[in-house]
Amino acid sequence: MTEPQQNNPAVIDPTVIDPNALVQIRRVRKSFGAHQVLRDISLSVPAGTVTVLLGPSGSGKSTLLRCVNHLETIDGGRIIVDGDLIGYRQAGNKNHEMTPKQIAKQRANIGMVFQKFNLFPHMTALENIMEAPVGVAKRSKSESKQRAKDLLARVGLADFAGHYPAQLSGGQQQRVAIARALAMDPKLMLFDEPTSALDPELVGDVLDVMRELANEGMTMIVVTHEIGFARGVADQVVFMDGGVVVEAGPPSEVLDNPQRQRTRNFLDSVK
Amino acid sequence: MTAPLNGVAQGHPVGSTEDDIEAVPLRRPWRWISAFIVLILLAWFVVTIATNPNLDFKTIGEFLFDPRILSGVGLTLFITVVSMVVSTLLAIVIAAMRLSSNPVLSSVSWFYVWAFRGTPQLVQIVLWGYLGLLFDKLRLGIPFTGIEFWSIDTNTLITPLIAGLLALTLNQAAYSSEIVRAGMVSVDEGQREAAYSLGMSPVYTFRRVLLPQAMRVIIPPMGNELISMLKNTSLLSVIAVLELYTQASIISSSNLKQVELLIVVSAWYLFMTSLLSIPQYYLERRFGRGTTRNLPPTPFQRLKAAVNNRKPGPEPAPATTVTQVVGE
Repeated sequence: MTEPQQNNPAVIDPTVIDPNALVQIRRVRKSFGAHQVLRDISLSVPAGTVTVLLGPSGSGKSTLLRCVNHLETIDGGRIIVDGDLIGYRQAGNKNHEMTPKQIAKQRANIGMVFQKFNLFPHMTALENIMEAPVGVAKRSKSESKQRAKDLLARVGLADFAGHYPAQLSGGQQQRVAIARALAMDPKLMLFDEPTSALDPELVGDVLDVMRELANEGMTMIVVTHEIGFARGVADQVVFMDGGVVVEAGPPSEVLDNPQRQRTRNFLDSVK
Repeated sequence: MTAPLNGVAQGHPVGSTEDDIEAVPLRRPWRWISAFIVLILLAWFVVTIATNPNLDFKTIGEFLFDPRILSGVGLTLFITVVSMVVSTLLAIVIAAMRLSSNPVLSSVSWFYVWAFRGTPQLVQIVLWGYLGLLFDKLRLGIPFTGIEFWSIDTNTLITPLIAGLLALTLNQAAYSSEIVRAGMVSVDEGQREAAYSLGMSPVYTFRRVLLPQAMRVIIPPMGNELISMLKNTSLLSVIAVLELYTQASIISSSNLKQVELLIVVSAWYLFMTSLLSIPQYYLERRFGRGTTRNLPPTPFQRLKAAVNNRKPGPEPAPATTVTQVVGE
């Protein structure tokens, strides 16, 4: 490392976190055993904006995403979504672990889309989308069914309501998975490499749905290698490597005029 | 323009072209020879049995529906159903203990499976039959305090039937718990994460997402276990439970028609195991939803299709690609 770490305008200052942002990630640390995956990560995502996390594999971007809805616990720092501290309840000056039920309630407000879709294989597309609204949010069955149909139409799959996941292509499965997450009316959507497991010709359909979602004002954090998507849709691009934020800012800065050698190397390798 | 618009329709019959292969089929003499040998052996076996003067077919017919045999059949079915249902519930608990992160629960569960799988079932049955030798009275109270609400003489409570049910249930629970555990482990971790990310609680996730998928893996071996259980009830004859085999032994010890009664018993076991395979088929179909693109038809649907296909329908109309105006 020959570059100076300090005095770089592109590197986000951990102490400057917008207290009004929907998602506030403050000085988050996380280790798997002796391996430290996240070293003092700070990030804020204002409501209605799209943040794209870029970085080589093993850089900690997926782990960070999974920390936001407490699929992974963090070792230090704090994550706040819509004013709520994720995973812990503060009483006095101590943090208490939440019960599984309280955590589930927090997660219901945060939608997540996975690399491998993770649709429930024993349910049809429609049943996949209806399951959480009916079973978790206790909405009426008829209302949820109508809503599920509308969502399927929105992702361009109105005719596939009765299909099981095994009868759908990867791109169709991922769009059902997006509809499933949207059915809970989340305030935030997390996308964990949503197009990495897809055949190249199916990537476009999924990105179109995500782009539309962004245009409608959904707050999104997206881990992806699709630079084109980042350039067109992102309000903020965050480049991570080795568990730290190397560079963060609008796509015009990070993608087109990267300040750091590591960012430049990465961008060259994925082009 | 009087010529047809195109001439294709006048050519060969549909689906046939000049280069169709009309080969002489390969002769397969070994098929015929092997089939012949097997048929001869089978005929020989049937004739030896049928003409055996030591086999009294009248007795077989006489005892097939004897009231004692029928009551034995009833008890065998009762024991099978009760042991299987209770052992399955117990197995889910043991499997959940084994998978839990609590080291005490997990080790106790491991020890249970180790002990019950590691000793012969016959020995366990006799041991439960002798429970009265170990504890003369069974007491209900608070352990280690001497406080006692209720007690009963062991041999009054643990009749041979209860001992038999206990032995079969506890032994089966050890085997079934391993099947349930394998089923749970087979479900992809991503399923749990997807369910959690939708705000589902761990219990809800288990009930609606994980268990239905595990069932697909659990049901075929459990069908096997059910059939084993039905046959293993005959082991209870060693502690004089009056199930099918014990009843047959009692009868044959007085009329000395051992082989005939064994045939009666075998016929009943075969009949019952055949019946038990039917629900398994439908359960597998039910929990196989979504795993194959198209479910195969049930035997009933197949029968219906066969009946419908019996009569060939009318010939399809020939392809018409030509418009010809007659008389022009």
